[in-house]
Amino acid sequence: MQWETVIGLEIHAQLATKSKIFSASSTEFGAEPNTQANAVDLGMPGVLPVLNREAVHMAIKFALATNAEIGKHNVFARKNYFYPDLPKGYQISQMDLPIVGSGKVEVTLDDGQVKTVGLTRAHLEEDAGKSVHDAYPGQTGVDLNRAGTPLLEIVSEPDMRSAKEAVAYARKIHSLVRYIEICDGNMQEGSFRCDANVSVRPAGETKLGTRAEIKNVNSFRFLERAINFEVERQIDLVESGSEVVQETRLYDADKDETRSMRSKEEANDYRYFPDPDLLPVEIDDALIARLREVMPELPEARCARFVSEFKLSDYDAAVLTADRATADFFESVLATSGAPAKLVGTWITGELFSRLNKDSIELTETPVKADRFSGLLARISDNTISGKIAKNILDQMWTSEDNADAIIDREGLRQISDSSEIEKMIDEVIAANPSQLAEYREGKEKLLSYFVGQVMKASRGKANPGQLNELLRTRLKG
Amino acid sequence: MAVDAKVVAQIAHLARLHIDENLVTEYASEMTRVLALAEAMDDVDTDNVEPMAHPTHAVQRLREDAVKETGQRDAFQAIAPAVEGGHYLVPQVIE
Repeated sequence: MQWETVIGLEIHAQLATKSKIFSASSTEFGAEPNTQANAVDLGMPGVLPVLNREAVHMAIKFALATNAEIGKHNVFARKNYFYPDLPKGYQISQMDLPIVGSGKVEVTLDDGQVKTVGLTRAHLEEDAGKSVHDAYPGQTGVDLNRAGTPLLEIVSEPDMRSAKEAVAYARKIHSLVRYIEICDGNMQEGSFRCDANVSVRPAGETKLGTRAEIKNVNSFRFLERAINFEVERQIDLVESGSEVVQETRLYDADKDETRSMRSKEEANDYRYFPDPDLLPVEIDDALIARLREVMPELPEARCARFVSEFKLSDYDAAVLTADRATADFFESVLATSGAPAKLVGTWITGELFSRLNKDSIELTETPVKADRFSGLLARISDNTISGKIAKNILDQMWTSEDNADAIIDREGLRQISDSSEIEKMIDEVIAANPSQLAEYREGKEKLLSYFVGQVMKASRGKANPGQLNELLRTRLKG
Repeated sequence: MAVDAKVVAQIAHLARLHIDENLVTEYASEMTRVLALAEAMDDVDTDNVEPMAHPTHAVQRLREDAVKETGQRDAFQAIAPAVEGGHYLVPQVIE
């Protein structure tokens, strides 16, 4: 039988506020345990939550970026459950009246096809703390630094039909929240977490199958693998005559499998009710208009502008605008280097990205920042150096503070564009290779590259390649 | 709505309350009576009444996003039953 996969995602994006959603503690990552937990975060008796204005503004920006409805009258509710990292015994969240209603995003798939994914809603809530299970024998340690960190939970419609589509959608949201600067997107630190609701149904069936929710996925690669594993598991179950049980499953990256969280066997009964400690949040049109004005250019608009303004191909523009850091880097280098857009784009997506990948770092952590990169591109662009030498210089810049000009001067790498100098080297090479010359003149034109190589070698890579080719062809003809 | 012994047990479990088995029947009838009070509302025509999340018409005030409270760990951990390495210790929770 043919099976159709149905996937919806719940994405938790930690909002990039300085302080917590309901308290004045810091949200900074990586502090000593419990040094960023005050009376509100600890759920001490008598404390009252006070809502962070910035968290509200960030949620509205997300709504604006996804053409979503804005919950102008939204309400916080208590979601009740017991766990040591949730000191109050309830999580403050939103239920019936979330701050962001339905919206949609357009996702470009691998094959270039554009798919529209519906957003059901997005709501504000507080994060829980962290439990440490292996440090203290027979006990669990609790760190409440993360408790109260603002989250925007972004819920999609079950619109995805494959793990790849789900990943493309998750990447889109990831790019978007970073573009509008409401989340740093750091998946390793848990700033951006994906839960996937996965079910299967016979192809053509319109009713949804029973779903399992996969948690604990902290990279896009694992998201794809976890969904694929889960789809296989569910198809095997159904084909062998069993049934899929609605449950929460954890993804284990080491074993590449999902497994049941047995503790959740009983049906969740969160007994939501409006939080009496918080009044309804009212959002007026003036605020929305003000935030709309400070919204940055969004990826689609920026991509279209890169095509029209810089004459880049659709593909190049899409790659360069996929995340904001790359697009900003590109525009900064373009403006300061004087190099053509195509050259700048190729060097960023090629040489720069391959070095970042090799070191497993993000563009924001690059040792060669836009100003130094721009200095290098300027020298390629004005023919001071060839692309080949530029790659070596970039390697040296990578591990030092030197800029391109300093390396070029120190190592005498300036490209030789003086025709007479190049001709002199050509003559020497031709004189030293009489038999190759004869063969070339008899029609073995492939030998051109041999001569190019020899002259390049003689010039220690510094001969201007365009000039060299032209002069060499003339000279070889005799 | 009549609350029976099963509902009482379920609510007690959700609230993590240990209750005396002998008192379950009594709790059930007490809770049924409490709910009956609220059921009186069913007789009121609320078709044209906006649902309210809060009994007043006040609106939530927002606070500026600023870190104003730091370094309180020692004070809070001084009153905690068990702490180690900066963590609060609780009975083991099996994942």
